[in-house]
Amino acid sequence: MREAAVIGYTQSMQRRYAGAANESELIMPVVREVMQSVGVTQKDIDFTCSGSCDYLQGAAFAFVEGLNAVATAPPIRESHVEMDAAWALYEALLKIWSGEADLCLIYGFSKSSPGELRSVLTLQLDPYYHVPLWPDAVSLAALQARAMLDAGSLTERDMAEVVMRSRRAALLNPKAQLAAETSIEALLAEPRFVSPLRRHDCAPITDGASALLVASADTARRLCARPAWIRGIDHRMETGTLGARDLTRSPSTRYAAARAGVAGRPVDTAELHAPFSHQEIILRRELGLSDSVAVNPSGGALAGNVMMAAGLDRIGHVATRIMRGEADCGVAHATSGPCLQQNLVAVLEA
Amino acid sequence: MRQAAERALEDAGCTWKDIDALILGKAPDMFEGVVMPELYLSDALGANGKPVLRVHTAGSVGGSTAVVAANYVQSGAFRRVLTVSFEKQSESNATWALSPRMPFVPHVNAGAGGFFAPYMRLYMERYGVPEHIGCLVAVKDRQNALKNPYAHLQIPDISLEMVMQSPMLWEPIRFLESCPSSDGACALVLADEEHASRSPNPPAWILGTSTRADGSMYAGKDNIHPASLIACAKDVYAKAGITDPRRQIDVAELYVPFSWYEPMYLETLGFCGEGEGWKLVESGATALGGDLPINASGGVLSSNPIGASGMLRFGEAALQVRGMAGQHQVEGARLALGHAFGGAHSYYAMWAVSADKP
Repeated sequence: MREAAVIGYTQSMQRRYAGAANESELIMPVVREVMQSVGVTQKDIDFTCSGSCDYLQGAAFAFVEGLNAVATAPPIRESHVEMDAAWALYEALLKIWSGEADLCLIYGFSKSSPGELRSVLTLQLDPYYHVPLWPDAVSLAALQARAMLDAGSLTERDMAEVVMRSRRAALLNPKAQLAAETSIEALLAEPRFVSPLRRHDCAPITDGASALLVASADTARRLCARPAWIRGIDHRMETGTLGARDLTRSPSTRYAAARAGVAGRPVDTAELHAPFSHQEIILRRELGLSDSVAVNPSGGALAGNVMMAAGLDRIGHVATRIMRGEADCGVAHATSGPCLQQNLVAVLEA
Repeated sequence: MRQAAERALEDAGCTWKDIDALILGKAPDMFEGVVMPELYLSDALGANGKPVLRVHTAGSVGGSTAVVAANYVQSGAFRRVLTVSFEKQSESNATWALSPRMPFVPHVNAGAGGFFAPYMRLYMERYGVPEHIGCLVAVKDRQNALKNPYAHLQIPDISLEMVMQSPMLWEPIRFLESCPSSDGACALVLADEEHASRSPNPPAWILGTSTRADGSMYAGKDNIHPASLIACAKDVYAKAGITDPRRQIDVAELYVPFSWYEPMYLETLGFCGEGEGWKLVESGATALGGDLPINASGGVLSSNPIGASGMLRFGEAALQVRGMAGQHQVEGARLALGHAFGGAHSYYAMWAVSADKP
């Protein structure tokens, strides 16, 4: 299989409300910036792939607007996944591995602000047995956290520790939406939101877009002084029947990590797509990360969570640290669906 | 979807456990009201513990999903993959779902037919095409559908007169010149050379795949011969070694949701010169007994589960070169073209398949 590396990444300011800016207007600046960062233009791109969700835009074909932002004419080779853009990256890698492309542009975007995200995500569930009960995304995550507390596999203090670390790390991330110096005690003093979750245990609602460039070996070396090589990547699905899953674990993450070759690597940084604090703890365990690994130095999804881009952001942040020489080996994780149903794990190295 | 997948597995002589990855395609989630349905369908897809990718590229999605599935095998990392596409249009109203009211944009509320009709009128005006040509395509495809037990529309007494007398929906498109709203699914098993060679039924060898997209609307866009389709065809012909499509291609399955697309596509795909497509239709060349049968399956005009319609074109092209198309088999078909179209003449996917191993 041909080698591939991330050579550029940009995300927009993580904002609660992007105002009147439409999806195209969110995408254009990040696409332009990422291409400028390596000195290429649209005509140098062999394949473009995006991730978005029609229901977040409230209209069919959200990605058509996205396409208008990158290339109106002449025609381009393009595809789109109705998933987090981390999977758009995966589709681009297939093109590179098969020798069909050398330089690919990936972008993910959404405006969650106009709708009720919690309720929109309910429509991901089984339409016959689950949706009529309207369990929303936060409530399902709360059930998962409750199952972990009941099993004794974490404490509320552990969850607050994750949030405290995220808020502190985000102080160093100029794009972050939520950043603060706080304490476990202060966090635990906050009222419950959906028990046992407090508001800060949940990722914020964020509008924005992200763009990433991935290239085959020769192209990567030509365009980037220190590419972030993708040494392994794998993704796995679990059942959509929530009652059939052990929500305190994530076997799909564990399996994907094994396939991506996480074990035995000198991992020094990790970005985990955990929209809820307790999920970061599940993921750390399944990935087998040691305590010395810096987890979510960007602040993670708790510091800014653009739906359909937040998974790609995890890969982008790990790659950026490697490209800047701040890390040598990193693990990136993306998730899709309620309670970590589908998971992607990538290993990147200098 | 499960039915289609099981039939495809049986045809390929394999079981769920032989499948390394699943690639799901469908058009807007709003058609069924389920967001990212691969999550809820994981059990039915036999997807648990496997990699799943969900593609969505408007109406071309069935075709572009098959292209992605082919890339899985081409990458060398996967031996056999299952790709499935579906739509259950009876759950909603496609015209409504395709006419959203967007901020800052005039609300057209036309649906697909209303959006495309002016371009068909433009085609007629530009080349002086007689009015009955679209009706000829509509009759031909419905006659083919009578030979395909999977086709949705079965109109035994279909005739030119019946089509011409059907109500005008969006001038010049009549009711019977339009695709139906269908429920349905399509599934394909794609395998590497080793497994394909050992399969119980003859394989269709993929000679080349391609996708192209451009903006929905821009100054100078030719909506009769779209630039994205020209580029897509050029790419797939180059990969498949096709230099003279009219002579080399034995049968083509083209995404024709409204009758007038057949003559327009014949021109854009290089089967004839510009303005000549309608003459090819009128001559009967594109009928099942003609020298260039188009949509022997009955096409999108006879069945349109939107998300699956593109993959059905790709799959029907494969069935033809495998010699497994039953009553609508084109005798001696060796090289076939599958084509899918989406958006506002802005998304295209194609593949060329052959009975002969390249």
